[in-house]
Amino acid sequence: MIDTPSVDWFALSPSLAALGAAAICLLSGAFMPRWILRPFAAFFCALGFIAGGVLALLVYIETPDGSLVVADTIFRDRYAAFTQILVMGAGLLTVFVSYSARMREDHIGEYYALLVTAGAGMAFLVQSGNLMTLFLGLEWFSVCLYVLCAIEIDLVGSLEAGLKYLIIGGMGSAVLLFGSALIYGATGELGYSAIAQATSAQDLTGDPLLLVGLAMLLAGLAFKSSAAPFHMWTPDVYEGAPTPITGFMSAATKTVALVLMYRVLTVAFPDEKDVWTIAVAVLAVISLAWGNIAALVQANVKRLLAYSSISHAGFMLIAVSADNELGVRALLYYLIPYSAISIGAFAVVAARERELGEAVTLDNLAGFGWERPLLGFSMATFMLGFAGFPLTGGFMGKFLIFSSASEAGWNWLVIVGVLATLVSLYYYLAVIRAMYMRPAAELGLAPIGGSPPREIMLSSAAFIAMVVNVGAFFAVQPLVDFARSAATTLPL
Amino acid sequence: MTDWLATILIFLPLAGAILVWVFPFGRLAGPVALLFALAEIGFWIEALGQMNFDKPGLQPNFNQQWSWFSDLGVSYHVGFYAFSFWLAGLAVVVMAAAIAYGFWVGRERPSAYFGLMLFLTSAVVGVFASQDVLLFYVFFEAMMIPLYVLIGVWGGPGRLGATVKFVIYTMAGSLLMLASVIVFGLSEGSFDLVTTGTSDNTWIFLGFLVAFAVKAPLFPLHGWLPDAYRESSPEVSAVLSGLISKAAVFGFIRICLLKFPGPFDDWRNVVLALAAIGLVYGSLLAFRAPDIRGVIAYSSLAQMGLITIGIFATNASGVSGAILQSVNHGLISASLFLLAGTIERRTSTGSFERLGGMARGRPALATVLMVTGIIALAVPGSGAFAGEFLILAGIFDIGWGWAIAGAAGIVLAAMYMLRLISGVLHRDQGPSVPDAALDLRPAELAILLPLIGCLLALSAWPAAISGNTLEFSSQRPALEKLRPAGSAGKRPNDEPPEGRMDFVRASVNK
Repeated sequence: MIDTPSVDWFALSPSLAALGAAAICLLSGAFMPRWILRPFAAFFCALGFIAGGVLALLVYIETPDGSLVVADTIFRDRYAAFTQILVMGAGLLTVFVSYSARMREDHIGEYYALLVTAGAGMAFLVQSGNLMTLFLGLEWFSVCLYVLCAIEIDLVGSLEAGLKYLIIGGMGSAVLLFGSALIYGATGELGYSAIAQATSAQDLTGDPLLLVGLAMLLAGLAFKSSAAPFHMWTPDVYEGAPTPITGFMSAATKTVALVLMYRVLTVAFPDEKDVWTIAVAVLAVISLAWGNIAALVQANVKRLLAYSSISHAGFMLIAVSADNELGVRALLYYLIPYSAISIGAFAVVAARERELGEAVTLDNLAGFGWERPLLGFSMATFMLGFAGFPLTGGFMGKFLIFSSASEAGWNWLVIVGVLATLVSLYYYLAVIRAMYMRPAAELGLAPIGGSPPREIMLSSAAFIAMVVNVGAFFAVQPLVDFARSAATTLPL
Repeated sequence: MTDWLATILIFLPLAGAILVWVFPFGRLAGPVALLFALAEIGFWIEALGQMNFDKPGLQPNFNQQWSWFSDLGVSYHVGFYAFSFWLAGLAVVVMAAAIAYGFWVGRERPSAYFGLMLFLTSAVVGVFASQDVLLFYVFFEAMMIPLYVLIGVWGGPGRLGATVKFVIYTMAGSLLMLASVIVFGLSEGSFDLVTTGTSDNTWIFLGFLVAFAVKAPLFPLHGWLPDAYRESSPEVSAVLSGLISKAAVFGFIRICLLKFPGPFDDWRNVVLALAAIGLVYGSLLAFRAPDIRGVIAYSSLAQMGLITIGIFATNASGVSGAILQSVNHGLISASLFLLAGTIERRTSTGSFERLGGMARGRPALATVLMVTGIIALAVPGSGAFAGEFLILAGIFDIGWGWAIAGAAGIVLAAMYMLRLISGVLHRDQGPSVPDAALDLRPAELAILLPLIGCLLALSAWPAAISGNTLEFSSQRPALEKLRPAGSAGKRPNDEPPEGRMDFVRASVNK
């Protein structure tokens, strides 16, 4: 008879709430009549995200000091709860964006069920306290996303996107798993803190087995956060996947991958700090360079945003590599406006896509800003936010990240970041240029019959994202305080 | 309310911008915006009455500070030193004229247009008011957003190329400045400009210097200037050359001069050389430019060179002359660009080949252009003369060679300005000048005459500005050595000022 450990259900409640919602969505697909299926499933999906977010907030409030629970495999701390709130918020906005998407009716229930299950998996992943739960959480949400990418089998490229994501993501997972095995082989431990203790107790610092394991673990997480040179899947998958899902991936997947990466590196490998800070800095520089330069030549807006997301992985990796108190605050702070901006930007792309019935390019965005003032203005603030202009949270995020790098004594990394920002201006402003400065008539687009579809849910998602983006600029102090107390459980 | 005046001056136009964007005023957007711009002038005059031009100590007038982000010592800290207060005054006047002109001409999508103009007003005043280096950066960058859209949407046929060039140049400068801002703030432990000490780090200094040199622009960083000034609508060109370049003046004085005394002196000769080259080169280009806007654009390059020379003379007369000349140049180039706009509306060209003879039958246009041009070429007795004279007197202390370059620039200014005046007004009637082209309309006069009036007032009493600029000079001993007349009463000991300053004072106070 194996002893069952005592389970802290409260710590797991965000994931469980989301899973419960997923069950309802899945059942609704089987039992609900067609006409009510869409609102019903979307409502319960949204409810699942809201419940998960509220429970995460409760965990956050109730847990001033972090601890390991459930046989030391799960962290119950503010760091995880903060990220869960973020993921649940991103999921909620994604439901809003998805609601008016044209979708085959036979899989509406499944779509929302998978979406909220992916959210549950991400919530589980950021709590993981050892390499087993890490892998479990990672595969949990990845499998959901593989299916979601391919769910629109009528959509050109959707199936291709799903397949590509499956194969490359599977390879990433395999690398991560292999790395975990090597780390276990070197230290005989799976728990993050236990690995750190074993490393110092057995004097394993610089042990080749451990280092190779660490490198493979890092590579596996870099796959998920789409940092170059592990980004090859990103443009194709982002382009082919249904646009709301793309937004969710670029916001939530990157969030959890980076947050988890930072937790694993600091908690499990404090003795290898000299090695991994350099490695992460190198990843950051490659991502910044590759993402920005490749984005310059993109005409398809989804691909452009995909490369932009690669370059933003680079920016956030700067904060990880700085590895100081300011760095972790900067990372957590920046993820707030960044997630909002990503989902908002893809929401606007989705709106234009539905209007035109074809892929959105810089050319066919012409005149969009004047035709749809709210969406156009929101998109302009998103682009300015990505580019790090003042009056957006993106500026404050970059400012904090560069400050943390400077404080860590890495001024050269600041210069790289600044130059990357300069390059990125060209394509971010190209979107604004396309929306506002090129009249539609100039391009001879076929006129679209009737007024654009009224998508209140999508518009409000874009509006909320804009408010978060601009609000994060002014409310930097409370948000950073929030991030600071979230980061207290990390050993720094 | 006195404490709040700086904040009101910054946020009043922003409130107007949001109002104009959100409510569907339609064609009424222009008058509403103009109302806000005039109210802004009213508040500035109110502030002028409350301003203490000899405020002792470091704290500026209308000082107001709230913590924004305490982890790194970032705060919302605003206030006006005398010199920045004059620049803010220039800003509110020129923006009001530009908004009025935009309304008179009638722009498409008025809500968006006038909202952006008000937003720009906020950002420009914010630049001049900020006393926190990150806040300064925020406003400095925030200016870019409306300018980018204003040029890109309402500009001429080559506007897209012009905006790309403009953005790349200025952002290259200002992003390097961001790196400098961060390193400066972290090394000082605070981003506050008033309480932090000075720094000797050359690299940080260069980051700031390059950003301002692009904005000014200084030779050889002026590549964006001709396109941006030609492709913008006239009122936006007026704002670009009259106001946006003055953000660089503020930066040179507030940050480079006061925060980096060591590197400033080390790099002085380099900057002076570039400014002198820009002055002569810009003047020559202005003399050869084929159209009105080309002349004004390159004359701006030249004038900014002269102003930079004054600042980098690092003495009282040079700096106060530079500030006086900044205000003069802002008013002059704004008037000239608006005049260029009125001429282009009548003839649909700015090319001298197709212009000429417009003075006949158009006395108002001829008089206004003549007066502006004559002040611009700095005839003795004009405000521009006083400013240029102070600058030359200041730079003469540093080396007479620089003064020769400055004097050459002034001679060349007479050449290109007279060429502009005669090219438009005199000679035979040009092929593009229809007989039916009207004289300046009353509305146009109502926009231009206040600007000319300000110029004439400064001609009558230049010491109003030049004598009331250096109350901050205790922060930089080199400036205090020669405090000019206006604040002479505040000298610690009553020794008479040096001989040259007597002469300057006499000419300025005349």
